Amino acid sequence: MSRPFKPSRIARRRLVSGVSWVLSGAAFLLVAVPLLDILYTVLKKGFSALSPTLFTEVTNGISGGLLNAITGTLVLVTGALVIAVPVGVLAGIHLSEFGRGAFGRAVRFLDDVLTGVPSIVLGYFSYVTLVIGVGWQFSVVAGSITLAMMVVPYIARFTEIAFSQVPNNLREAGYALGLREFTVITRIAMPLALPGILTGVLLAIAISLGETAPLIYTAGWSNFLWSGRLVHEPIGYLTYVIWSFINQPYRSAHALAFAAAFLVIVLVLLTNIAATWLLRRTRPARPAP
Amino acid sequence: MTLKPFRMVLLLATSLIPLALAAIFVFLVRYSWPAIHFNGFGFLARHTWSLGNLYANPTVKHGQQVPIGADYGILVFIVGTLSTSTVALAIAIPVSLGVAVFLAEGLSARLRPLFSFIVELLAAVPSVVYGLWGYSVLTPIIAHDIGPAVRDSVGRVIPFFGGSIGSGYGLLAASLVLALMVVPIIAATVRDGLARVPAETKEAAYALGATHFEVVRRAMLPMVRSNIIGACILGLGRALGETMAVLMVSGGALNYLPNNIYSPVTTMASFIVSQLDSALQDPTGMAVRSLAEIALILFIIAVLTNVLARFLTGSRNVPTI
Repeated sequence: MSRPFKPSRIARRRLVSGVSWVLSGAAFLLVAVPLLDILYTVLKKGFSALSPTLFTEVTNGISGGLLNAITGTLVLVTGALVIAVPVGVLAGIHLSEFGRGAFGRAVRFLDDVLTGVPSIVLGYFSYVTLVIGVGWQFSVVAGSITLAMMVVPYIARFTEIAFSQVPNNLREAGYALGLREFTVITRIAMPLALPGILTGVLLAIAISLGETAPLIYTAGWSNFLWSGRLVHEPIGYLTYVIWSFINQPYRSAHALAFAAAFLVIVLVLLTNIAATWLLRRTRPARPAP
Repeated sequence: MTLKPFRMVLLLATSLIPLALAAIFVFLVRYSWPAIHFNGFGFLARHTWSLGNLYANPTVKHGQQVPIGADYGILVFIVGTLSTSTVALAIAIPVSLGVAVFLAEGLSARLRPLFSFIVELLAAVPSVVYGLWGYSVLTPIIAHDIGPAVRDSVGRVIPFFGGSIGSGYGLLAASLVLALMVVPIIAATVRDGLARVPAETKEAAYALGATHFEVVRRAMLPMVRSNIIGACILGLGRALGETMAVLMVSGGALNYLPNNIYSPVTTMASFIVSQLDSALQDPTGMAVRSLAEIALILFIIAVLTNVLARFLTGSRNVPTI
């Protein structure tokens, strides 16, 4: 700073800094206000559309209830978890315990890439291979596999992080006692990693609950209750109602769309809050705020 | 070496991740191969998407059975995808940087988790709910308030922002919704980068007499430049592939290029969904195969943007929820 000291220059710098802080706060408001309005709109309009018949009747054209969609969403999310949790957890364990080499690095990288593949591409891939190719048609299995492909990377990543945070001396203590690799991982490391894995699973649930694009081409849509068939039978889900019914020019259809959005957002928020709580509780010393 | 069943199971599960990516590529290429042949490179340059006459007997063109008059060109959707993503990022990048600086440096340590959580919630809102909000709240505001305000200010200087505002559904609505969806991705990555800047660097800048904001602007942001670029590419990848929210607010343009920022548009991703019913009616299946070609292009774009972003951000993106 070779320039001569001038009080006016300092005042100007302070002013610029002050204005910049105001702008950064304004940027925050610019995203916080729409978020709050989204929550407010959906919760208010959705709440006023809630009624007991939503939970007892199936959709009937543009009115009726949401029972088929609610149960369908639960079936699809469960199906996705049944596939994704074993695969994701096992992959995460492998990456953490034996993934130091080139293969581990490559998988970690591709795991990130897979999270970036647009959901509609996954949906269309499943449509081409499972719905048309294998001939399962719109079905629970096709929808669940597609959702599982979306969430496996997240479960694997959370599992890996959780296992890599288990102190190594615990594993060494186990080996020193003569335990086998399998026992060390499942009996010593697993209990400590469980909260982290659970966070990943909760996140997977939140993602599956809110997805639409990958299901349109795989699960289809059905006005009826799921009969229990895994293939050759389409199934309804809540997000379809939001997308499809808001485009109908009827008040009853709009009410159903907002009621479905209410249910989806409440479930997604609860799962996310639970996941965040679990993460903050188990990892008090996170490096980033 | 003894065979360890446990390790084999782990390896098998892990292999599914690269296998899934490979399968997506291979099967999309295989399925869309006849369409790639039939459409040629003109696929990217023609702006008419016509299923042809589905009721007449199909003809044979370039060795493929196609409906008479069928013409698949996706220029309109490429333009729609690029324009919505560009406008969205033009809005989202400055806002995200402001949010990231605000979260990392503008708050006391006690308030930070709460405010961070608000931004993280934005990433948790399902895309179809953004669409619902855009459809029922944002588009009327664009039609009555934002649109006229932009037209009468910027629109007087730059013709692209002037002209007819229409119903509110279109490029601007899609871009605003996309911007909201992309901000949490960029902001979280940049905020984490800022939080990792060593205290010594900040103290050195303070010692030179910098104000708090000058420390952020001159010392911290330059250190996370590659994180910022990587985060923006990550956000771009997200915007390019976003489907439902765009579908619900973009108005849907077919065979029609946008002439101002309020024009209806269609993106590649949203077009795939919107064609579900009509493509299935094509007895030759060429329309469905052409849609697979669009999905393939989207897949390649997504992989490229993600690979680029990961290289630039260096460390892997630890998820923040």
